[in-house]
Amino acid sequence: MKTIAKTGNEAMAYAMKQINPDVVAAYPITPATEIVQIFSNYVADGEVDTEFVAVESEHSALSACVGASLAGGRVMTSTASQGLALMHEILYIAAGNRLPIVIALVNRSLSAPINIHCDHSDTMGSREAGWMQLYCANSQEAYDSLIIALKVAEQTAVPAIVSTDAFIISHAMERLEVLEDEEVQRFIGEYKPRFSALDLENPKTFGPLDLQDYFFEHKRAQIDDFSKVLGTYNKVAQEYAELSGRYYPALEEYKTDDADVAIFTAGSTADTAKEVVDGLREQGRKMGLVRMRMWRPLPVEEIKAALGKFKAVAVMDRSDTMADFGGPVFLETRGILYDAKKKPLLTDYVYGLGGRNIDISDILRVYDEIEQVVKQGKIDKLITYLGVRGEE
Amino acid sequence: MLEIRFHGRGGQGTVVASKVLAVAVAKEGRYVQTFPEYGVERRGAPVVAFTRIDTEPIYIRSKIYEPDHLLVLDPTLIAAIDVTEGLKPGGWIIINTEKKAADFPQFKDFKVAIVDATSIALKHRIGSKAAPIVNSAILGAFAKITGFVGIDAVRDAVHELSPVKKDENVKAAQEAYDVAKAPEEK
Repeated sequence: MKTIAKTGNEAMAYAMKQINPDVVAAYPITPATEIVQIFSNYVADGEVDTEFVAVESEHSALSACVGASLAGGRVMTSTASQGLALMHEILYIAAGNRLPIVIALVNRSLSAPINIHCDHSDTMGSREAGWMQLYCANSQEAYDSLIIALKVAEQTAVPAIVSTDAFIISHAMERLEVLEDEEVQRFIGEYKPRFSALDLENPKTFGPLDLQDYFFEHKRAQIDDFSKVLGTYNKVAQEYAELSGRYYPALEEYKTDDADVAIFTAGSTADTAKEVVDGLREQGRKMGLVRMRMWRPLPVEEIKAALGKFKAVAVMDRSDTMADFGGPVFLETRGILYDAKKKPLLTDYVYGLGGRNIDISDILRVYDEIEQVVKQGKIDKLITYLGVRGEE
Repeated sequence: MLEIRFHGRGGQGTVVASKVLAVAVAKEGRYVQTFPEYGVERRGAPVVAFTRIDTEPIYIRSKIYEPDHLLVLDPTLIAAIDVTEGLKPGGWIIINTEKKAADFPQFKDFKVAIVDATSIALKHRIGSKAAPIVNSAILGAFAKITGFVGIDAVRDAVHELSPVKKDENVKAAQEAYDVAKAPEEK
């Protein structure tokens, strides 16, 4: 174990180097961040054995990853924003073919208007594609999560997206602890694909036409396998904790035991909210934080148990569903809590779109308002667009 | 926690300066977080970067509005913008300039220290004549004047992060460290 200072991008590229995938295919141009560019230096310097394929678009990048993964390789790529949107079609093909590809992603808003700063619109727009999704709060977690996600993906044959907040994490440098290369290799082990297109002794057909007679059974089987991801994740996260001393639950609770109210959010904002919670507790105000880390598959029972104990919860969503009903975390959390025996009053704050800065004072305001909801016993405003000019 | 803001212009190595400080602080075993304010990046435009330093893990991830100290890599910024915006009274302002600390009476609420980082960079041929890269030198001066980070860690970090002319950059940091001195207390 050694201590170094790295940006989120560098931390993810470093994890990729230590994973040493067989193939990385990518389109390393904005809106992608420099993750793949940094990784390509490792390739050029001979520090990895990876076949690096530079392609002409993100659609081709993930298509090349699908081919390499079907051939039985350990495959990774990286993208952000429009890049993930352009991969959208192939996301489903990778997941449907049960290919454990891992994407090191940076969350950036979707055009238009053009903006490359942080929000979660890109990955939230891909949440039905059949990929595991992990949202990280800092560089350390991004590094650790790529290693964990790769192992979970390969054990479950479910692809994974690990993401960080654009600029706030991706371009911010901080101190982190990294494992030795051999420790990472030992942890992830050798990849043994279930099938390989290059296995000429046992030829198989991949991605064929599958009509009314069997498509549904195959989709149902995919959904069934997807439901096993959380269990595998919990096991692998525990193994990783034993190796590194760092444990990452699918859903993190911070100072929630005696709290009446909590914020439920994801990414770097959760780290800032911890600072706010500490400050509030010094004033004797007992408030908590629940951090959404895994959003696909949804840790349904964990969310029910964690949020059920509060009188009121404010969801903070960094994207909108365009459903005229707030953000995706709010919408899905309401669904999860519908049949919970104990459930909190639930409000939504859509915030930080296009990288709008989120300050201590913004988060304090949310805690103040959610405290007010408890006092009144009712919600005045269900969905708030936090800090938007002309809104309030 | 210490919060530091860097002011420079695109092409001077302002963002790299903040990263070199982060690497140096991490080498000394403390926690650090550094991040630039990204807008539209272009050569010559004002650039801002921030660094937080603490002995405990740092959770806060919002921008820094009230820094404790400043580093000003380009003295022409002082006339162009209010570099002291939000700066806490009594904080250090370390300026790359040929002038003397006494030539900045407008900063009377703060502690001013100067270093001629441009001359040091030119002497060691870092960057071009028209656009010397001053970040290594100003960090050497920062280490000496504030004592917030050791020169050995700065030298190591400069060596690690300089893409070219590693030895020259280390020498520039050391020279600035040797010549810089804090003004006497008023």
